[in-house]
Amino acid sequence: MRIIPSERRPDSNIDKPLFRDETKFAAGKIAAFQWVVVISFLFLLTGYWDLQVRNEEIYNAKALQNQIKSRPIPAPRGKILDRDNRVIVDNHESFKLILSRENLKAEHIRPIALGLGLDPDALEGRVKRFRSVPTYFTINLKEDLTREELTFVEAHSGEDSFPEMALIPSQFRVYPQGGLAGHVIGYLGEVSDAELNSPEWAAYNPGDLIGKMGIERFYNEVLKGVDGQRQVRVNNLGNTREILGIKDAVAGKDLQLTIDLDLQVVAELAMQGRRGAVVALDPRSGEILALVSAPSYDPNHFVGRVNSHELALLMKDPAKPMFNRAVQAQLAPGSTLKPIIAIAALESGMIDANTTVHCSGGASFYGRYFKCHKRGGHGTVNLHRAIAQSCDVYFYTIGNRIGIDKIAEYAELAGLGRKTGIDLPGEKEGVMPSSKWKIRTLREKWYAGETISVAIGQGYVTVTPLQLAHAIGGLVTGGVWMRPHIVREAKAVSAAHKADLKTENVMQVINGMYAVVNEGGTGAASRIPGIEFCGKTGSAQRASNELMKQGILGAEYKDDAWFVGFAPRSAPEIVVAALYENGEHGNLAGPIVRDVIKAYFDKKARREKKQPQNVASASLPVGVN
Amino acid sequence: MAVYRRIRDLDWPMLILALAISALGILQIYSATLDSRFEAAWWKQGLWLGAGLIAMWFMSKVDYHTLLGQVPVLYGIALALLILTPLVGRIAWGSKRWIPLGFGFRFQPSEFVKLVIVLLVARYLAELRGDRLESRDLLRLAGLVGLPLMMVAMQPDLGTSLTYMPILAVGVFLGGLRWQHLVSVAVLAAVLMPVGWLALKDYQRARLVTFVDPMRDPMGSGYQVIQSKIAVGAGGMWGKGVTRGSQTQLRFLPVTHTDFLISAFAEEHGFVGMVVVFGLFFLLLMQIVQNAQSAPDRAGMFICMGVCALLLFHAIVNAGMAVGRMPVTGIPMPLMSYGGSSMLSTFMMLGLVNNVRLRRVVS
Repeated sequence: MRIIPSERRPDSNIDKPLFRDETKFAAGKIAAFQWVVVISFLFLLTGYWDLQVRNEEIYNAKALQNQIKSRPIPAPRGKILDRDNRVIVDNHESFKLILSRENLKAEHIRPIALGLGLDPDALEGRVKRFRSVPTYFTINLKEDLTREELTFVEAHSGEDSFPEMALIPSQFRVYPQGGLAGHVIGYLGEVSDAELNSPEWAAYNPGDLIGKMGIERFYNEVLKGVDGQRQVRVNNLGNTREILGIKDAVAGKDLQLTIDLDLQVVAELAMQGRRGAVVALDPRSGEILALVSAPSYDPNHFVGRVNSHELALLMKDPAKPMFNRAVQAQLAPGSTLKPIIAIAALESGMIDANTTVHCSGGASFYGRYFKCHKRGGHGTVNLHRAIAQSCDVYFYTIGNRIGIDKIAEYAELAGLGRKTGIDLPGEKEGVMPSSKWKIRTLREKWYAGETISVAIGQGYVTVTPLQLAHAIGGLVTGGVWMRPHIVREAKAVSAAHKADLKTENVMQVINGMYAVVNEGGTGAASRIPGIEFCGKTGSAQRASNELMKQGILGAEYKDDAWFVGFAPRSAPEIVVAALYENGEHGNLAGPIVRDVIKAYFDKKARREKKQPQNVASASLPVGVN
Repeated sequence: MAVYRRIRDLDWPMLILALAISALGILQIYSATLDSRFEAAWWKQGLWLGAGLIAMWFMSKVDYHTLLGQVPVLYGIALALLILTPLVGRIAWGSKRWIPLGFGFRFQPSEFVKLVIVLLVARYLAELRGDRLESRDLLRLAGLVGLPLMMVAMQPDLGTSLTYMPILAVGVFLGGLRWQHLVSVAVLAAVLMPVGWLALKDYQRARLVTFVDPMRDPMGSGYQVIQSKIAVGAGGMWGKGVTRGSQTQLRFLPVTHTDFLISAFAEEHGFVGMVVVFGLFFLLLMQIVQNAQSAPDRAGMFICMGVCALLLFHAIVNAGMAVGRMPVTGIPMPLMSYGGSSMLSTFMMLGLVNNVRLRRVVS
C-alpha cells in the first residue's frame, strides 16, 4: 500500500497519478548531473594519469628509495700486538645501535635519546649535522650496548615505536685494564666537528670512530679496514625482509708493535705516582721497546662514548694525563746533554782526553759568574772525570771554547731540534739553538755568554725524552741514528742517519758514562752488578726559561730529573731515557732506567736458557689482564 | 506480485556492476593484507558482501512508499542512536563512532543515518510538488539534514558527516533550487569559513594544511598522502601485479585495506586497472541515474539520485585523496574498502534503488 504522508494533500488518491508527481520536470537537471558524473571521473582519471603515466619513473624511484636501505657492516678493527705477538688491544663481539635516517621521525629523537641515556639536545644536534650527508648514511647512536640498552631497543622495535633504530653486530675495542701502554696505543673516539673540517678526516662522517691518539690514530687507516654494506629490502618498520646484496667488510690489519710488554710494565711501575716519561729503544734498529708517559689513563672508561664525562675530566686534569710526555714534553735536558757537548768538542779537535780544566765551584764568563753544581768544586778534571762527576765548569769552559754553532752541528747530527720521525702523532721537535736559529726565530744576535748555559743543557735548548734516547743511542753505537719506530713493519733502515765519528772519541764518551754509574759518579746508585750499564744524570732547572714551560702547566718549579742510560758498554743493545718531572736530581731518575735495563737483560738471560718461542707465552699473561 | 517477476525485474546490470566492483575490492583486500594481522579481512569482506546482498533483498522488498511513510520514526531512531553513540560508544581513532553489539560486532549509526537522510530528502522534496523551491522549505530541509550532520561531525567524524551534504545538494538542485539561494549559500559559506576553521579539531586542520602542501610535514600527517601518491605513481600503466606492490606489501602505505585500498589497487593494477574501476563505477552510477529517470514518481527519483550523489561523492573523495586531489578523510571507497557497515549501507542503498525500479510498473 502507498502512504501519502502530507497534510497539504488531503486527497489521497492511490490509483491516479498524482498532480505534478511525475519525474519529467527534472529531466534536464538529471542530464546535467550526468555530465557532472562524467567530469568527476575525468577529473579523477587525470589525477591517476598524471601520477601513473606521466610521472611513473619518479614515483617508482621513490618507491625503491622507500624499501631499499643500506646497513653498514662494520669492519673489525685490526688488533694490536706486542713484539712477542701478545695481544695488547683486542675486540670483542658486541652490538652497536644505529639510527637510520631514511625513515627518521623528528619527534622520535628525544625519546630515543632519553631511553639510551644520551643527551637529547646533543642527538638532535647530531641529526642536524647529518643534513648534508645522503640519507643512507646512518648515525651511530651507541657502541657496545649494555643489557639495559638492548632491552630498550627490543622493547621499541615493533609497530608504533622507533623503527629508525637498528642493531648492527659490531666489534668493540678492548684496551688493557688500567691503561697499560695507553699513550702508545691511544684510543678510539668519535670524530669531532673540528676534525671533520680538517683534510685528514674529511672522508669521515659525524659519529664515526677514529683513533684519537697513539698507534690508533697514526695507523687509523691500516687498522680500520673497509666497512662493508648490506642492501636490504625493509618494510615500513625498518625490519629486514630480504637481503638484496652484500659487500663484505675488509678487516683491518693487525699491527705488531716493537713494544715489549715486559719492559713496558716495568717502566710503568717505575713511573707510578710520578710525572714524567720513559723511552726505551734499541739503538741498533730504532725499535721502541717501551714508551711511557705518566700519569696515564684507562681508555676503557671512555672509548666509543659520546661526550664522555671521564674524558672531559682527563682533559681538564692539571697533571695532563692525555699529554704524551715521551714525545711531546720539551724540556731542558740539563747534564744529559753533556755527552753530546763532549763529542762535539772531541770531534772538532778542541779538546782531547788529557785536556783539563780546574773547577773551583764556579767560573766567570763574559762578566757573569756561573756556578758548578758542586759548591766546593771538583778540582782539576779531565773529560772522563768531568762526565762522571758532571762537572759544570769543565763543560762551561769547553762549550765556550767550541762555540754554539759547533755544538748545534753535532747536536743536530744526533737529531736534536727536529722530529725523530717516530710513528706516533703529535711529536714535538724541541729546540737546538744556534746563532742562525736565534736570528731566525728571535731576530737577535747570539751572545757568547748564552753558549755557557747551553753547554750544560740549559738556556734555549729543549729536548723530548724520545729525542734524548735517540740522540744518545746513535752516539754510543758509533754515530748511527736509526729512525725510532713503534710498529714492526715500519722498518727504519733507510731512515738511518750517520756521522763519521772517530771510534776513540766515542769510546771516551762511553767510558765517561760508564764511570757515571760504575766509578763512583753521579749515577752510582743505579749500578747493576754483572751488567755494563752506562748513563748520564741530569737535573734541569725549570724556572729560568720560557720555552721550558711550553706545554707544561702548574707552578712546580723544582728541577726536572733526567737519566739516560744504555747497556752493554761495548755493543749497546738498549738505551733508556727517563724524565722525572720535578724529581730534583738526576740520580732519582737513574733507578727508573736501571729497572728497565735490568728487566731487559733478565729477560734476555731467560730466553737464552729456554727456547725463545716458549718464553713469550710463559712469562706474562697475554693481553688484557 | 509474483516472485519470478520480482527477480526478473531486478536491476541485474546494476547488481552485476556492484558485484564486479566488490570482487575487485575483495581481491585487493586479500593482496593488501597478506601476511598482516588483517589477513582474514578478505573473506570477512566476502561475508559482508553476502550480508549486503540479503540486506539489499530486504530493502527492495518493502515498498519504498512504506519506508517514506516511516521517515519521522526513522529520523527519530537516527537521532536517538546518534545521542547514544557518544554515551556507550568506544573510542577508535580518536572519536566515538561505533556502538558495540557484542561478539566483536559493532554498529556505526552514522552509516545507517545515510539511508535515513536519503529517504528524508526524497520525501520532503517529493511532497513540495512545485518546480521551484521556497526559501522557507529549503531552510527547513537544511535544518533537518543539518541536525544529524552536526551530531556526526561532533563525534568527531567530519568525513562521514560530509557525505550527507551531496544528498541534500543534489536533492535541492533537482527540487528547484533558485540561483538566489545558491548565491546566499555561497556567501554564507564564505562568512562561516573562518568560524568553521576554528571549530575544526587540530588533526583536521593539519589534514587540510597537508592537503595544500604535503611536504610541510612529510613524516606527520603528510606521510599518508606522500606514500599514497608514491604507491599510485609506482603502479604505472600496467601495475606491479597482485601482491607485488612494494608500497602496499611493505606497508609504507597506511591503512591499505580500508581508506587507502584504492592506492593499493592503483599500485598493483596500474592506470589500466583504474580505468576499469572508474568505468565500472561510472556505469553503476549511470544505471542508477537511469533508474531515477524511469522512477514512477518524484519520491523514487529523489531516492535514486540521492543514492547516486552519495556514491559519487564517496568515489571522488576517496579516489581523489589517493592522488592528493582531495584532503585526507576517513571516507571509504564504496563496495571496495574493507568495512561491514559501509558494505551493508551501500547495498541497502542499492536495494532502495531496486525498490524504486521494481515499482515503476504500477498496476
